[in-house]
Amino acid sequence: MFNKDNAYEVLTSKVLTHEQKLMQLAKASENALEVLDVSDRMKTYFENGSIHDLYEGSAPYRPRYIMPDYGKFIKEGSEFLKVDPPKDFDELIFALMTIYRHTPSITNFPVYLGDLDQLIEPYITDLSDEEVIKKLTLFFNYLDRTITDSFSHANIGPKESRAGFLILEAEKELQNAVPNFTIKYDPDITSDAFMTKAIETSLACSNPAICNHQANANLYKGKYGISSCYNILPVEGGAYTLTRLTLTKLAEVAGNVEEFMNELLPEVVELTGEYMAQRIRFMVEKSGFFESSFLVKEGFISSDRFVGMFGVTGLAEAVNTLLNDQDLQYGRDQEADDLASDILDRVKELVESLEAPYSPMTEGKYVLHAQVGVDTDEGITSGVRIPVGDEPEDFIGHLHHSARYHHYFPAGVGDIFPIATHIDANPDSLLDVVKGAMNVGVHYMSFYAADADLVRITGYLVKRSEMEKFQKDEAVLQNTTHFGAPSYKVNKLAERKVRMTD
Amino acid sequence: MTDNLNDKKTGSESAVQINRIIPVSTVDGPGARTAVFVQGCNLACEFCHNPETQRLIDEENLENSGVRRMTADRVFDEIRPNIPFIRGITASGGECGLYPEFLTALFTIAGEAGLSTLMDSNGSIDLSIFTDLMEVTDGVMLDVKAWDPHVYKRLTGKEKNSALVNNLRYLAAKGKLEEIRLVCQEEWVDIEASLKGIVKTIPDEYPRIRLKLIAFRNHGVSGKMKNSRTPSADQMKAYEKSARSLGFEEIVLR
Repeated sequence: MFNKDNAYEVLTSKVLTHEQKLMQLAKASENALEVLDVSDRMKTYFENGSIHDLYEGSAPYRPRYIMPDYGKFIKEGSEFLKVDPPKDFDELIFALMTIYRHTPSITNFPVYLGDLDQLIEPYITDLSDEEVIKKLTLFFNYLDRTITDSFSHANIGPKESRAGFLILEAEKELQNAVPNFTIKYDPDITSDAFMTKAIETSLACSNPAICNHQANANLYKGKYGISSCYNILPVEGGAYTLTRLTLTKLAEVAGNVEEFMNELLPEVVELTGEYMAQRIRFMVEKSGFFESSFLVKEGFISSDRFVGMFGVTGLAEAVNTLLNDQDLQYGRDQEADDLASDILDRVKELVESLEAPYSPMTEGKYVLHAQVGVDTDEGITSGVRIPVGDEPEDFIGHLHHSARYHHYFPAGVGDIFPIATHIDANPDSLLDVVKGAMNVGVHYMSFYAADADLVRITGYLVKRSEMEKFQKDEAVLQNTTHFGAPSYKVNKLAERKVRMTD
Repeated sequence: MTDNLNDKKTGSESAVQINRIIPVSTVDGPGARTAVFVQGCNLACEFCHNPETQRLIDEENLENSGVRRMTADRVFDEIRPNIPFIRGITASGGECGLYPEFLTALFTIAGEAGLSTLMDSNGSIDLSIFTDLMEVTDGVMLDVKAWDPHVYKRLTGKEKNSALVNNLRYLAAKGKLEEIRLVCQEEWVDIEASLKGIVKTIPDEYPRIRLKLIAFRNHGVSGKMKNSRTPSADQMKAYEKSARSLGFEEIVLR
């Protein structure tokens, strides 16, 4: 339905930039269309908050996350973009800047920027470190100032390379919120020197995050990449949609564990699956995206490499609500953690029984994803994380807890840890802990120094200094500051337990 | 303080008092390590930041003290779950050199599990006589409290014996001097004399041994130094400079 008042408010806002207004107005007009058949049963669950469409809009006209095969683009150029295969580093950066500008997503910005180190490596052999860093710095600043949304992600690793080192070196100096970086880490492939450099960089500028390469390398046929907020997806494809099931809200309407597991969960999972199927069908059959996009025509993406992401969030409070009368807590009590496993086993079983249309990559199945949250969430902790304030005393216990639940979510899950600043003197200690975390099955983790300006909110980065500006009603460049500021406050993120303090 | 701290009964089968075990320590040697703090020390340094570990706890008070009597096996049971996350263990204290048999047992198990083993010692116990222990110890971080006997006595409450010099020589020769530590506070520690003393004692080895200069902080201190000043960053830089001019190559400030 078209909400005139809302559109007027956006249009006349004194806080939004022109670009932010434009995108919100586009969303408002999309939402005036009613192309999806939302049944009354679905509406009930949307209204009680159990199903959330994550603001994807009511008429999907492009996939949520698009992960072009930039390697192919660099090799072959693009006829549509009139870009020839680059011959040197300047041409490479120009080519990438051009294609990023034309790669849409749910945010309208490119959410995936490719395996940057591998893309760059062949083009820097004739350049000195200083020359490369200067060009990278300009490139990164261009991305930061024009992709005004932190859900953009570049990948590096697992192999060390000169380009990888130089990317980290350039990034370390910048303190940019965009793009996010993730290093694919495999202790058998990644050198200690490269990983230590990555860890030192993350303590300086909260990037890169760390993805367990061994756990993800064989997830999809072909290459995988990390986009946006920890979405692990097939390169040359991506995700059509992400709808989430908010376990917390479902638990609030459940009378007891039995009703939750055997009546509500089966119904809500089925309805969510139906809703997602409608979105995918409209996108593939009606929206014209796959017919019109040069990305498809030139083979940089392929519709048979897209998946549907089934999001889950708020496990902690769901468990705590269901066990309220016994005063048991997720992350603290064995029985609560066991119930959490039972719930996820049930969710997994139910989601596997759904049929996802146009999803040959996953043999017609949806892929589970631990969704990190939206700005309006209150009392709903991201994915399967432990709420701030309830974290286990010891870091190792926390990591074992993460590992216990990460494997349920092939399409992405992760934990965030603020790290004591004195670790600067001994970054190897964090390397050791990361190796242990990978070893016990943590799939994805990220750090920031406890006193850093760049803070990881739920997955994306926001500057404390920018949040302060926004709270004083000043316009800010990045729209993620709008989401970050309330989330930082409501979820008490300043009180996250600082690790490596001893 | 009792005299039976060196009691030979503290072997693998008998237990020693353990003040605490830190699962992931970042400040007790290279990488992440589990640090085991024993109870009991033969010195009583004025700048000690955990003076509660100096005296053994009377048996009748043990239960409420938080200090536990543990065998090496039991200590290692608590270390074992940390194994994928740590590269080694460090015995600290108190003075861990007071319990050579316990340490030998603990380090033997740790070594078999693939962990490196470090001692953090105050240097006042001659380690060269504990050949079994030295066999399973990868390195010792040695605290050079002070050099001049008067300064040493005022700081530690004990007469300076020949152990410090012996330990420096013995460990350096065996390649097991992991680190030399010096807590810096100008009114209580003869820093220049200590540096020169180290140079004279191990003239061939000292340049390549890591020297850690630690700025005194009064956190946890209950002795006469509880109101003493922390050296300024500039002062610490000056100590670093004189160490470098003496030929120390790897200097860490903390």
